[in-house]
Amino acid sequence: MNWKRAAIASLFAIPVILLFAWGMTKDPKDIPSPLPGREAPTFTLNVFSPGQPPLQQSIGDTVKLASMRGEVVVLNFWASWCLACRDEHTTLSEVARTYAGKPVHFYGVLYNDEPANGTRWISEMGGQSYPSLQDPKARTAIDYGLYGVPETFFLDRNGRVAYKHTGPVSAEVLARVVDSLMAAPVGPVAPAVPAKAGG
Amino acid sequence: MIGTLARDALLVSLAVTAFGLVIGPVAIARGKREWIPLSYAAIYTNFLLLTIATLAMIFALVTHDFSVAYVAQVGSRATPLLYTVISLWGALEGSILFWGWVLAMYAAAVVWINHERPGNLVPYAGTALLAVSLFFTILLIGPANPFGVVYPVPPDGPGPNPLLQNHILMAIHPPLLYLGYVGMAVPYAFAVGAMLSGEVERDDWIRITRRWTLASWGFLSAAIIAGMWWSYEVLGWGGYWAWDPVENASFIPWLTATAFLHSAMVQERRQMLRLWNLNLVVGTFVLTILGTFLTRSGIISSVHAFTTGTIGYFFLAFIAVVLVSALIMVAGVSDRLKTVGHFDSPASRETIFLLNNLFLTAFMFTVLTGTLFPLVAEAVRGVKVSVGEPFFNRMSLPMIVALLFLMGVGPALPWKAASPAEVKNKLFPPAAGALVLGAIALAMGIRNFYGVLAFACTGYALVANLREFYIGAAARRNAHGEGWGTALSRLVAGNRRRYGGYVSHMGVFLVALGIAASSSLRTEREATLVAGQSINIAGRTARLKNVWGREEKQRSVIGVTLELMNGETVTGRIEPRMNFYPTSQQPVPTPEVKSFLFGDLYANLQAFQPQGKNATVKLIWEPLVPWIWLGGGVVILGALIGIWPNRRRSVA
Amino acid sequence: MRFLDVSRALVAVGLLAGVMAAQGAAPADPKQAGAISQEQIQKEGKSADERSALNLRTANDSALEAATTAVAAELRCPVCQGLSLQASPSELAQQMRGLVKDQLAAGKSPDEVKAYFVSKYGEWILLSPKPKGFNLMVYLLPILMVTGGGVFIWVMVRKWSAPRPDDANRTPVGPA
Repeated sequence: MNWKRAAIASLFAIPVILLFAWGMTKDPKDIPSPLPGREAPTFTLNVFSPGQPPLQQSIGDTVKLASMRGEVVVLNFWASWCLACRDEHTTLSEVARTYAGKPVHFYGVLYNDEPANGTRWISEMGGQSYPSLQDPKARTAIDYGLYGVPETFFLDRNGRVAYKHTGPVSAEVLARVVDSLMAAPVGPVAPAVPAKAGG
Repeated sequence: MIGTLARDALLVSLAVTAFGLVIGPVAIARGKREWIPLSYAAIYTNFLLLTIATLAMIFALVTHDFSVAYVAQVGSRATPLLYTVISLWGALEGSILFWGWVLAMYAAAVVWINHERPGNLVPYAGTALLAVSLFFTILLIGPANPFGVVYPVPPDGPGPNPLLQNHILMAIHPPLLYLGYVGMAVPYAFAVGAMLSGEVERDDWIRITRRWTLASWGFLSAAIIAGMWWSYEVLGWGGYWAWDPVENASFIPWLTATAFLHSAMVQERRQMLRLWNLNLVVGTFVLTILGTFLTRSGIISSVHAFTTGTIGYFFLAFIAVVLVSALIMVAGVSDRLKTVGHFDSPASRETIFLLNNLFLTAFMFTVLTGTLFPLVAEAVRGVKVSVGEPFFNRMSLPMIVALLFLMGVGPALPWKAASPAEVKNKLFPPAAGALVLGAIALAMGIRNFYGVLAFACTGYALVANLREFYIGAAARRNAHGEGWGTALSRLVAGNRRRYGGYVSHMGVFLVALGIAASSSLRTEREATLVAGQSINIAGRTARLKNVWGREEKQRSVIGVTLELMNGETVTGRIEPRMNFYPTSQQPVPTPEVKSFLFGDLYANLQAFQPQGKNATVKLIWEPLVPWIWLGGGVVILGALIGIWPNRRRSVA
Repeated sequence: MRFLDVSRALVAVGLLAGVMAAQGAAPADPKQAGAISQEQIQKEGKSADERSALNLRTANDSALEAATTAVAAELRCPVCQGLSLQASPSELAQQMRGLVKDQLAAGKSPDEVKAYFVSKYGEWILLSPKPKGFNLMVYLLPILMVTGGGVFIWVMVRKWSAPRPDDANRTPVGPA
């Protein structure tokens, strides 16, 4: 039994095991998005669900991202067939209402679904405080690198994607991100990630 | 109650296995050989206990005993009996129980057959098998416990995953896979036994396990083909192989096992490649454990992944132990396995087997690197990358084609040395087969380089293998005056291993042609039809008759009936459907496949209008796909021939 | 009939069949069809916008389909397990495929289309890693194995079949 060779050979196992051990700490399903920090993809979409006052808009209204420059935008992609979207629905509606009158816009974007189904779902869920937009052929969803629903994008006042939240979003996250984005300064050299308050 | 009984059986098994694991080496070290049968008794007892546990689980499933955790997880009163029984291996805990049982069975059988052999080879092999069994029993007591108690007892369960009760192949693929995968532990255990007992210079460990290895290889081959067939019939995209990590996990050890089947023959004839064969056998087992780890740990996302939990850490520990011990043992004996033999000539079957091993190992390495690369790239670059079909196809096609060609050269060349005249006589004529099949490929419409090349190489190898049957039978006719049939059957019976191998080669040729044709010539048409409208594809017409629905015990079904038309006559019917299971929000598309001699008509229901007014159907024409399944059957037939006991000693 | 005669006959048949097949069976090369319509467009001397609209109408469908299939086969469906956009029946994959087709029809090159998707989904969306930098490892390692192994076998077989001192005593080799 050649122990010297055996000892050297056994060392080869170390990088393999380390790799696997490290791999156990990672989630293969969590794919980071390249969008945060970059200019938000522009869109021009139509309202199919009006929302409720004071955030209400008319059905058929066109919403352009460009026209919201200088304000914070929260874009939530959802679908009537999406179970997890039910978890965040009430939260989003309530939080959106608290920001009425402030320079923040909440919009839902329907993903891979019929507007009729979306409208029916909203009324089953007790209404939605902000308008929802339809996205034919999922072009905007693809533009935002959507993997599934629900996904929520937070756009800062410089028109950049500040943060992408995958899965149902909680009231704390909503409030924290929106507040910090509202407080961030507007300008050509403003940081793309939420900055400290008082800028 | 049945759950507690089973769990007690597993606890006893834990103690018994641990005891057997220790008593064997202790007996040898202390010279108390009379204790060795105690370790064998542990192996037999383990098999008995695991049989009790498995039967208990089947009983609990069939009687819908929802107090047992696993039954509560996968059982349902609505599920038909067959699918209830086979849900034994449908989810993680049950599959580990099944694994443990198969391993215990193999261990008991191989030890029983060989226990009278003198020496330490069998005792140490038993020790190795007990060690692996111990790991799985630990899993069954710990993270993969299927016998947990559920209280309060639910009245019903969700049933198995809808995808797993949609097709009968679910009854076949997993057992075949486990019989093959787990079976690789047997040659491994005997290799370990040879190393620990100091008998590694002798070939006994290979001789004893030859049939076990061939049987496991046969099961694994069948399992891979069955898995391809299942995914083809069930998943709705008309494909049969996606280079998904779990598919790769079953394919990788198959490649090294195939290499071993060939290089073992070189070792038996020339006493060479002994270290290489040891590496192959041990490596195959390590790769099976690696594959299990990859699919159960959650580190690589896969269509097959079981739910993850702490079991991944157990497998990580096990793979560390197996890998380190394997490296230590093989490196430790390596200097005793220096090459003693020699080759008579480079123009010989031995050289071809070396090349065969080269390409099979390189292929294995390619698939392994590709499967693990996303993990490595993330570790090194911090960026997630994908390694998918385009990569694997691009890198493996050259090697596959080379292997197909070698499959023609190997049988043609003799052992030891071939004279130049022989080389010419044996290697040139099969080129006719290459030309004919190449021409056929072009005539069929195949235009891509590798498609035509695959056909040509298959043609070459096909003629070469058929020639071996012809030459052998002709010689018998001349010598004994037998008829062709008798000559052929006596030829095969006189050397089952060799001719069984050639039969398996034929199976591979059928598979190769099926894959080459279907990937090059596949056509599809998708259309939304109302009743009376038709789609044309590959010279066939399918007309929509109606959209219908029906209720079954465990699911609702919406389907369409498409009538196959020849002019105005209806020649057949194809009915793709969608199965709606109560537990799943998305329906399971259930395609239907109609097989013809030269291809499959594959129909998938993509969408339908709720009022049944129209339906979107996708029809795919898949040339030669049935040949893949047929070829799989022929491969297994060849393995069976090779395993069948000879009436007299064979010279392969 | 001796086998060699049979095989000679087969070779002749094979060659003949091959020639016939090559003449008769080949479908029109889709790329060529596309080029013809480009010529037609240039002859009519339209502006860029109209030219692309004309592309959509007159470009041979099979050319665009073939190009779309080629690109879609290289992109990963984000909601499936490892399937390409081409193979996946899921709705998102079909929509992404539609976007690939529109972009190609509008004149973008396959590389530009792929770069667009990478900018939205990250490198993960490519089914074959970009052969640059560290990614080259996954391409090179197998190639090195085959060539390295091949050289190793070459050397070993020569060494193992080198004539031995007692070769003069060996019986001559013949068919086994």
